[in-house]
Amino acid sequence: MGIIRTDKLAYEYIRRDEEGNPEGITRAIDGVSIDIVPGEFVAILGHNGSGKSTFAKHINSILHATEGTVWVDGKDVADPDNVWDVRQTAGMVFQNPDNQIIGQIVEEDVGFGPENMGVPTKEIWERVEESLKAVHMYKYKDKSPNKLSGGQKQRVSIAGVLAMHPKCIILDEPTAMLDPGGRKEVIRAVRALNQVENITVLLITHYMDEVIYADRVLVMDKGRIALQGTPKEVFSQVERLKELRLDVPQEILLARSLNEMGISIPENILGVKEMAQCIAQEYFG
Amino acid sequence: MSIIFNHVNYIYDADTKHSSYALKDINLQINKGEFIGIIGHTGSGKSTLTQLMNALLKPTDGEVYFEGVDINSNGYNKKELRSRVGLVFQYPEHQLFEADVFSDVCYGPKNLGLSKKEAELRAFEALRLVGMDNEYYYQSPFDLSGGQKRRVAIAGVLAMKPEVLILDEPTAGLDPKGRDEILDQITRLKKETGITIILVSHSMEDVAKYVDRLIVMNQGQIMYDDTPREVFKHAESLQESGLALPRVTYIMHELKKLGVPVDTKAITVEEAAMEIASLLRK
Amino acid sequence: MLRDITIGQYYQEDSVIHRLDPRVKLAGTVLYIVLLFAFEGIFGYIMAALALFIVVKLTRIPFKYMIRGLKPVVMILMITVFFNLFLTPGQVLVVLWKLTITKEGIIIAGKMAIRLCLLIISASVMTLTTTPNQLTDGLEKSMGFLNKAKVPVHEISMMMSIALRFIPILLEETDKIMKAQIARGADFETGGLIKRAKALVPLLVPLFIAAFRRANDLAMAMEARCYRGGDGRTKMKPLIYKKEDRIAYAIMMGYILILLIARVVCGLR
Repeated sequence: MGIIRTDKLAYEYIRRDEEGNPEGITRAIDGVSIDIVPGEFVAILGHNGSGKSTFAKHINSILHATEGTVWVDGKDVADPDNVWDVRQTAGMVFQNPDNQIIGQIVEEDVGFGPENMGVPTKEIWERVEESLKAVHMYKYKDKSPNKLSGGQKQRVSIAGVLAMHPKCIILDEPTAMLDPGGRKEVIRAVRALNQVENITVLLITHYMDEVIYADRVLVMDKGRIALQGTPKEVFSQVERLKELRLDVPQEILLARSLNEMGISIPENILGVKEMAQCIAQEYFG
Repeated sequence: MSIIFNHVNYIYDADTKHSSYALKDINLQINKGEFIGIIGHTGSGKSTLTQLMNALLKPTDGEVYFEGVDINSNGYNKKELRSRVGLVFQYPEHQLFEADVFSDVCYGPKNLGLSKKEAELRAFEALRLVGMDNEYYYQSPFDLSGGQKRRVAIAGVLAMKPEVLILDEPTAGLDPKGRDEILDQITRLKKETGITIILVSHSMEDVAKYVDRLIVMNQGQIMYDDTPREVFKHAESLQESGLALPRVTYIMHELKKLGVPVDTKAITVEEAAMEIASLLRK
Repeated sequence: MLRDITIGQYYQEDSVIHRLDPRVKLAGTVLYIVLLFAFEGIFGYIMAALALFIVVKLTRIPFKYMIRGLKPVVMILMITVFFNLFLTPGQVLVVLWKLTITKEGIIIAGKMAIRLCLLIISASVMTLTTTPNQLTDGLEKSMGFLNKAKVPVHEISMMMSIALRFIPILLEETDKIMKAQIARGADFETGGLIKRAKALVPLLVPLFIAAFRRANDLAMAMEARCYRGGDGRTKMKPLIYKKEDRIAYAIMMGYILILLIARVVCGLR
């Protein structure tokens, strides 16, 4: 059984007009069933308003489903007795780095989770140290978060979740407010956690270049899963992605243009290096 | 008819041990009608630069001139300057406050002391220029989608009829489609009105295909100031300063590294495809 | 302008004052303020100023930086001085239209100004050298006895800590919104009281919306990290008195003794 599993998950909320009278019902999530196995790196892509963030907030019971069930590590998140276990098993990193750092000093912030869980003092320090080291932020341990860059703040947030020793990390658009340098830092840290520490990752984003290395990509639209598969399978569907208001990696577009010019290059190569190697092979015969 | 920076320094927290240069010896001329991109990572000084342009900040040293007059000299009418050099901040939707879209856009013109009628005419014009439909005019701005809110906020500045429009990260936080829509709208605006536009961004990819001139900021200084194509020739040093190039440009550079005699100047997919095709056909 | 407010902000530095137990600093600040009101003679003020000067030096925080924090309270200071200056009865020195300045008024106003300045600087020394987390830990521990009276000590101190953490962020936000509205021709600086109050609407509405959005986000982030109040919570940095702290307490005792002896023996106030 998967570490995160949902069955026909649906979430509805009532729209209200200015006087507070109900106007209608919006179905933000509409029958989503997924199954993520331990150690997997799954990315959820989707434009703003596609329901991807709403979906993520169900996994650690910040929002509660209207219909359907979510299990984290076999535990039903709707059961109030499971809430704290679930939140510890599936840690969550949010979009705005300023709104999720509680401590005034980096190490105090990373210790916040373990403190809440009642971890003994000595072990908190060990966890803080190893978590900060895992995201390469140890040397900033006694700095004020306000002095850090966006990418560094997000890495501190990731360390804060890591210190709770989760089996799975959910990242809800962690790079949306960062510059390219910061985005790269964060994604590199996330990939390392997945590969080195074998933590299951669920990355929610609208940047296609961040999901190229995922094991599996889910594309959401109107609260449903519109497309899923390996990155290669998903990104080769250029027209469908454009319909879903998403970007297509330029290497795929390049291959397509070349094919139109009569040069045959496979249309499912992802990655700058991979694409260059493929063209070079063609060139050198 | 231009903005000129003459040896401008800007220092943060000047009297503490944390004092640091936000800008260092900036010399710059921005001419009427230009379409300029200012690129740099967070903290490179690009936002400080824009705030100096309409006197929201005062340089620590040096002068900023608008149409030949030092804008920080005594008695200079800064309010008028700010209506002529319009600045749209990052996440401008956070400045919306009125009960409906239309009143919010009227706020700027009203501050200029225009009559109600004139202010409303300008608001209509500005909302039209950013492509907002009439049906939204009397809705609360807080009920709109992220992309629409941003258009309203841009209209709020446009309604002041600026001669120069500066947009700080106009695409931040938008999804790819929203980003393209806003940038296309800005390009259309440029064509329709001919005003000077300065697009500030940390994303090369977004800005490069729209602007004629690219200014790259790094650590408070101007690193490059040229056409996008010329700037992109410096792929490696750009990457070192935390900026990203279009992926095709990276592919071309990678090809060159692998020994393929390719010209690396392509910045769009079409150009790259042409270049590679001509090579492979030989 | 708004960046200048230093009260409630932490200034990172490695000094002996920074390392003290927050309970020591809390006790010290309270004691200092009490003594400031108890010994209001010239000698008391000289001692108070001297003590504060030494502490400020020990913090290694630039004095200029600390003084900047006084600017926002200059207005309050002026008002207090003004009232004391004109409304204290006594020996009349100058008459300006209907206002009279008395000798007593000058003395009281002068004392008030000195006292307020010292008070504000001493309070900011505490917040500049103590992280909000330490501060609230200190409060929580020294006020722990109130728990028995059903006062939610942990919740109150957590609220304080978060408020302090967000002061710089909200100030920055205020600065940004203010600039954005100035760029749209807003004028926060001229006009009568009503006009100025009206001009604040475009600043306050977005600011409140932003604050609520942040509060909402933060609550979510705290819950996601298993925050559920003070019960069963452990401490990363439990408060334990060290040698330095005991010395600090001893110095404080010494300070009180000097003041008392001076008053009783030499008659100095």
